[in-house]
Amino acid sequence: MILELKHVYKDYLRGKEPVPVLQDICLSVEEGEYLAIMGPSGSGKTTLMNLIGCLDVPTSGEYLLDGKAVGELNDNALAELRNHYIGFVFQNFYLLPKMSAVDNVALPLLYAGVSQKERRERAIAALEAVGLGERINFLPNQLSGGQCQRVAIARAMVGNPKLLLADEPTGALDTASGNQIMEIFQQLSDQGMTIIMITHEPSIAACAGQTLHILDGQLLTGAENQEDCHEA
Amino acid sequence: MENIRLACQGIWGHKMRSFLTMLGIIIGIASIITIVSTIQGTNEQIKENLIGAGSNVVTVQLYDGEWPADFSYNPVPPQVRPIDDIMHQVLESLDGVDQVAFYTQRSWPDGVYVGSTSFSGTLYGIDDAFLNVESYRVLYGRCFQQSDYDNFRRVILLDKKAVNTLFPTTYPVGQVVEIKGEPFTVVGVVEQNNGFKPKISSMNDYQLYADTSSGAIFLPSVMWASVYQFDEPQNVAVKATSTDDMTLAGQNVADALTASQIISTGQPMASDDGMGMDDSNMAVPEGDTVGEEVTAPEGYSYQSEDLLKQAQQLQEMSSATNQQLIWVACISLLVGGIGVMNIMLVSVTERTSEIGLKKALGAKKRRIRRQFLTEAAVLTSLGGIVGVLLGIGLAQLISKTNGIPVAISIPAILVSVVFSILIGLLFGLLPAVKAANLNPIDALRRD
Ligand SMILES: Nc1ncnc2c1ncn2[C@@H]1O[C@H](COP(=O)(O)OP(=O)(O)OP(=O)(O)O)[C@@H](O)[C@H]1O
Ligand SMILES: [Mg+2]
Repeated sequence: MILELKHVYKDYLRGKEPVPVLQDICLSVEEGEYLAIMGPSGSGKTTLMNLIGCLDVPTSGEYLLDGKAVGELNDNALAELRNHYIGFVFQNFYLLPKMSAVDNVALPLLYAGVSQKERRERAIAALEAVGLGERINFLPNQLSGGQCQRVAIARAMVGNPKLLLADEPTGALDTASGNQIMEIFQQLSDQGMTIIMITHEPSIAACAGQTLHILDGQLLTGAENQEDCHEA
Repeated sequence: MENIRLACQGIWGHKMRSFLTMLGIIIGIASIITIVSTIQGTNEQIKENLIGAGSNVVTVQLYDGEWPADFSYNPVPPQVRPIDDIMHQVLESLDGVDQVAFYTQRSWPDGVYVGSTSFSGTLYGIDDAFLNVESYRVLYGRCFQQSDYDNFRRVILLDKKAVNTLFPTTYPVGQVVEIKGEPFTVVGVVEQNNGFKPKISSMNDYQLYADTSSGAIFLPSVMWASVYQFDEPQNVAVKATSTDDMTLAGQNVADALTASQIISTGQPMASDDGMGMDDSNMAVPEGDTVGEEVTAPEGYSYQSEDLLKQAQQLQEMSSATNQQLIWVACISLLVGGIGVMNIMLVSVTERTSEIGLKKALGAKKRRIRRQFLTEAAVLTSLGGIVGVLLGIGLAQLISKTNGIPVAISIPAILVSVVFSILIGLLFGLLPAVKAANLNPIDALRRD
């Protein structure tokens, strides 16, 4: 069990009034699973992803990542956890525009305290793995959207995280580039990587081993990932 | 290091904005450097002019109350004892004293003639060390010799000004000058080596230094009594070990002489056994208080004519006005600092998503904070360096156009640069903390 959410609630304050965004989420994910999350806009997918990615902590309920309770951790401890366990891929890539591809990819290693030489070596290897070995010194604005997303995947993978979180990774891409990204995800999944991916497109969700649906902040019941939590 | 490189890139990326941000710092630092350089230059010139660059000689004279004792008309006071050889050695062993010479002196002496021309300069009776201490060198003829003293020879030396007034057309060596009816032979012409050549750059300067320029006639001290009938109390030319020791040396000698040579009327005679103690007392004197303690309001005392102190007073006067200017410059630095803070806050807002991403990838607060602090410090220190260069240029320009001397002070430059870095750290702190505390979700949400 790499991660486990038990009766997780998340409220946002609108003014002074708390607005529930996630309600009673129960979810457990085994190592190596490839999971897609679908749902209408505003249903709370990104909020759920932020919780899983340790970018935020639940209002109530318990979240265990690799056996650690995330809810009690402070800012710096969360940063360390993200750095070690999680690779992020965003819809808008979020590459730093003034840095070359290789420097962008090396960023998580910098925060992990890896030496300069090793950072560069590992970043280049990661770029080669996503098929961008010849473009290591390109700036983001010299790369296509699909290439940018592949740089972002390389950045997510370079630190050997246990979990890859992707929030609409193909949302800004055409079908061909999207398919390329999905191929890479498939490869990673085959290598045993745990992947959780948010998407709107059923064709993309179909690539995943399993699909969860979320509606108005609640996971639709019936999925096997929820069972043990509700029984308990 | 990495941060500094990134900060430089960032600054280079916004050249115009960075320059405008730095402007306040540049102006502040530049004005401070200019002002400090001018103060230093003026001070050094004052010191140089008054002290005569490097001779390091302080004069210690016998005072009658507040004024130098004058024996032209008054008899020699009985309570002042003549200075003996032991005292000479004691004086030379005092703190800050290198060498001492004794002399008697009479300005506007009567009865000094060459033919019908009378001499209106100063007559000195000098010991064998005097010319050395005051850095005189022989231009023509010879110096005094030991035998001149031993044999009470009627010989004199002239300085160049005296030659000009007394022997404008003839070669002076070998000529005769009549002093109080007795003939004295000129054996040499001397000139002060380091030359007291003040830089005259204003009318004030001229008046300050003008009185030093009358001619001088020197005769062996042993002959003074034969001219003026008795031994007069002697003045002391004290050569200090260094320019900075001049005040100390002068004070020490004056105090030692006052303590041992003047027989106080109220107290029992301060005798030679008091001497050993004097040395330890000498270490204490500092500045002006001692003079007041030792000087009886009435009666005789030895006092040093403290050029260094005079110089300091003049320096303080000129510094005081300029120090107010420094405060104005500091305000400009403050405004510059606020400008830096403002731009850094803008920069934090602009780079919200960059900060959010870095935090998402695992950057800790400390790292983000340091990044922005470094950027602010690099920005202001660059401003500081440019300001220093500008200030030096400005100071040179002022010295060229106004003739005000400038001295570029290295400590001032270092302090300025360090200070500008500190300004960056101080005013960069708020933006940096703000950046470090950004919530990564909010930061990423904004596009
Ligand atoms: N920081 C916040 N403050 C207040 N409300 C928020 C905040 N973040 C999200 N919400 C609200 O929570 C709800 C869920 O948002 P979320 O971003 O998770 O939706 P989503 O499923 O990712 O939608 P989309 O498919 O459009 O990305 C929305 O109604 C949103 O307005
Ligand atoms: Mg979303």
